[in-house]
Amino acid sequence: MAEFTLRLRRYDPESGEGPFWEEHTIDLEPHRSVLEGILQAKDRFDGSIGIRCSCRAAICGSCGVKINGQPDLACHTHLERAKRRSKDGIIEVEPMGNMPVIKDLIVDMEAVHWKKIRRVTPWLIAKQPVPEREYIVPRETMVDVTQSMACIQCGACVSDCLSMEVDPEFIGPAALAKAYRFVGDPRDAQHRERLEDLAEDPHGIYDCTHCFQCISACPKGVAPMNQIMRLRRRAGNDFHIEDRNNGERHERAFVSLIKRNGLLDEAELLPRSYGGDSALAKFKPSAAAELASSLPVIARALLRRKLTPAAVLKPHKLPRADRDQIKRIYDEVDGPDERVEFNIYISGKDEDR
Amino acid sequence: MPAHDVLIIGAGLAGQRAALAAAQAGASVAIMSKVHPVRSHSVAAAGGINAAIAIDDDWTEHAYDTVKGSDFLGDQDAIEIMCSEAPGEAMHLEHIGVTFHRNEKGELDLRAFGGASKKRTAYVADITGQAILHVLYEQLMRHHLTVERFEEWFATSLILDDAGHCAGAVARDIRTGTMEIFDAKSVILANGGNGQCYKPTTNALICTGDGIAQAYRIGCPIMDMEMVQYHPTTLAENGFLITEGARGEGAHLLNSEGKRFMEKYAPNKMELASRDIVSRAEQTEINEGRGVGPGGQGIFLDITVVPKKRVLEALREIVNIGRDFAGTDITRDPIMIRPGQHYIMGGVKTDVDGQTPIPGLYAAGEVACVSVHGGNRLGANSLLDTLIFGRRSGEHAAQRGGELAMPHAPVSRLREDTDMIAAILDRPHDGRRISEIKAELGTTMNEYAAVYRDEDGLATAHDVVHRLKEEAASAYVDDRGTVFNQDVLGALELGYMLDCAEMTIVSAIDRKESRGAQYRLDYPERLDEEWLKHINVTRNGDGEPGLSYSDVTITKWQPEVRKY
Repeated sequence: MAEFTLRLRRYDPESGEGPFWEEHTIDLEPHRSVLEGILQAKDRFDGSIGIRCSCRAAICGSCGVKINGQPDLACHTHLERAKRRSKDGIIEVEPMGNMPVIKDLIVDMEAVHWKKIRRVTPWLIAKQPVPEREYIVPRETMVDVTQSMACIQCGACVSDCLSMEVDPEFIGPAALAKAYRFVGDPRDAQHRERLEDLAEDPHGIYDCTHCFQCISACPKGVAPMNQIMRLRRRAGNDFHIEDRNNGERHERAFVSLIKRNGLLDEAELLPRSYGGDSALAKFKPSAAAELASSLPVIARALLRRKLTPAAVLKPHKLPRADRDQIKRIYDEVDGPDERVEFNIYISGKDEDR
Repeated sequence: MPAHDVLIIGAGLAGQRAALAAAQAGASVAIMSKVHPVRSHSVAAAGGINAAIAIDDDWTEHAYDTVKGSDFLGDQDAIEIMCSEAPGEAMHLEHIGVTFHRNEKGELDLRAFGGASKKRTAYVADITGQAILHVLYEQLMRHHLTVERFEEWFATSLILDDAGHCAGAVARDIRTGTMEIFDAKSVILANGGNGQCYKPTTNALICTGDGIAQAYRIGCPIMDMEMVQYHPTTLAENGFLITEGARGEGAHLLNSEGKRFMEKYAPNKMELASRDIVSRAEQTEINEGRGVGPGGQGIFLDITVVPKKRVLEALREIVNIGRDFAGTDITRDPIMIRPGQHYIMGGVKTDVDGQTPIPGLYAAGEVACVSVHGGNRLGANSLLDTLIFGRRSGEHAAQRGGELAMPHAPVSRLREDTDMIAAILDRPHDGRRISEIKAELGTTMNEYAAVYRDEDGLATAHDVVHRLKEEAASAYVDDRGTVFNQDVLGALELGYMLDCAEMTIVSAIDRKESRGAQYRLDYPERLDEEWLKHINVTRNGDGEPGLSYSDVTITKWQPEVRKY
């Protein structure tokens, strides 16, 4: 047994008062969970402490909270570890972010999380005709979608999503991971429709800023951001759905310029990002307009000798031998015809955490 | 005031399946749960769902395995229905989106499970319950126009009309504290078992026997309550579940001598004998001094014999549980386990359509006792039970509703429950804490109504439960508020648990034989002549449990000596 002090954020909506901090000292073995600590405080000292919880074993997804500012399941965090990571030796527990607080550690998941889940048409739209027995599908595809199926809807990723903080309408990590569960499922009949919907919505897949917060927040290794990236890859590569933010074209231009020169050709990158991946891109109206609006920047760069007219006209390149090496890397990566989406169920590694 | 053809209380697999079936049959449906549906305890079912879908399998073999697993206490007409409808149900789940793992040909893959003569368990890694529960919830979202959801509503009591028919329920909106009458032509209980009567248990904190006790309190018979399953592999320290899938994939059980002791108890099936037998074998090894770990109170489960790639793909969740809750890497080291309370075979007595003896009241899932599990449930038959009898209840209740007028409960019925809750809030601060009573109940049951039982122990437990019932009547709550007052709901749950515990004890005392999960040290033999029958507990006029008996239905399989 060891003593631990918990600092709980309390809020009673009926009191007319604001939230406040309250400390309780509990004793438990160090490898017991923060949830067990909270339940001991509730059992021994104050039955009015509000927290949702049920399974105690990180499978029901009820007890999402912030511990020392980081979202996690209370049942999934050891007391000792939480104490070590606290700022002053006291384990601080507060409700998750990005969702309104109802009471104490209980947030309104319906108002945010579940509303967003419903946004992605969260059910299988089965291919017709429905077979008499099971759909015959490749073994790997079902293992692949198991990673997003493993989501327990705890809301930890929603709590810490930076994009959602700026754009509350962002569909968000949990719901988009749920969307991948259908887009990655060969039995679903509407991959294209789903991806078009999510790509064209300004709060959809291209609203993610790639900050990795949801990956580190997820207690189940679902890696929501990776699922969002998979959605982008499928949208761009498999269905040629245009990314209206130019991100997709930017990536393509980047990849093909490196493949050709071994180095980045900035003068080509910009027109290609707007006009498409071709040397003629600069003559397209969309690219020309962007170039024109960038003229002041280009002029300043020339003036400060960050750019020379020669570099603009003649791209720098790596020596031949080095370019061959780079080409081999491309061949290796592009090689297999069938793309296998690596995840923890296939690779066995928590490479995402 | 809400009024529906069918009101379903509980939103795990049985409840959600019932709701979808009733709605599809054209009924107006409400589904209510004290937690959000995806938090229901079905989420914790790991290993899979049984169905005879392999080419070389047949549902009659599944049925025989189930009958034998039940130690011949299961009703064979119900078992035949469950097993023959299983393949269709599995395909239905596959069609609505469950991501069952496939074999190399792309067909459903099947794994071995305890007590089964063939591989017939379909699975999604070791999160099968979660995967099915979430897919059913997808369907509830899809059918939101026909199924009204009341998430985080707590049913406080069932309503009986003047004719003695169940006509709805009173419930409290946990979020606001508002109480309402829910009129309904039929009510389906689908709110799970009462594992929280035990400590430790694999069961979630919400498994407090609400439905069993509420049905009992309106006079419904409760059957087979002495049959309490101890799962062979629960984490030694805190009772968390390690799926039977681990042994299905080939893991071994080892005693302190490093021996696979199951050769002694079940030479043919070894680790994959039925759960009652494996749990008893483990407990015997522990009692005879061949346990491992502190006090020799554990047994080693060695998963290192399963190829690592397979473990990571198909047993991912227990890799996590081992790492996070036991500090063990199960791919490198054996993990310490012991038998732990897991499942209640007994429950509200129903027929094969989920109907209880009270007209208008149905039950399905762990809350119910059809009885398909008899004295011992086979692994991966519980998901099947919830889905088959959930669907059948939903369909039957929907049909029944067509002929009836909507009932209308008097407001006085609402006042009764409002007053009951007010009275709890008004209790003076001088009794025992609810948490203390609950803890004492759990340790008492785990000591005396466990793997091995005898008259003296059960009598002691009976006395303790009687005292706890008195103490519970004056136990006080700290929370006087209306918003998310979990404290006052805890007081109600404690009452339900005590009712359930009492029924388990009186039934276990009465059954003077050993069968399935009931092993009496003072009556170690199975006695078919006298005890091949179900014990029913019905509340008599004084509020005390009265006992009666009903026959076991036998269709094809006469009782025989049970060996694995």
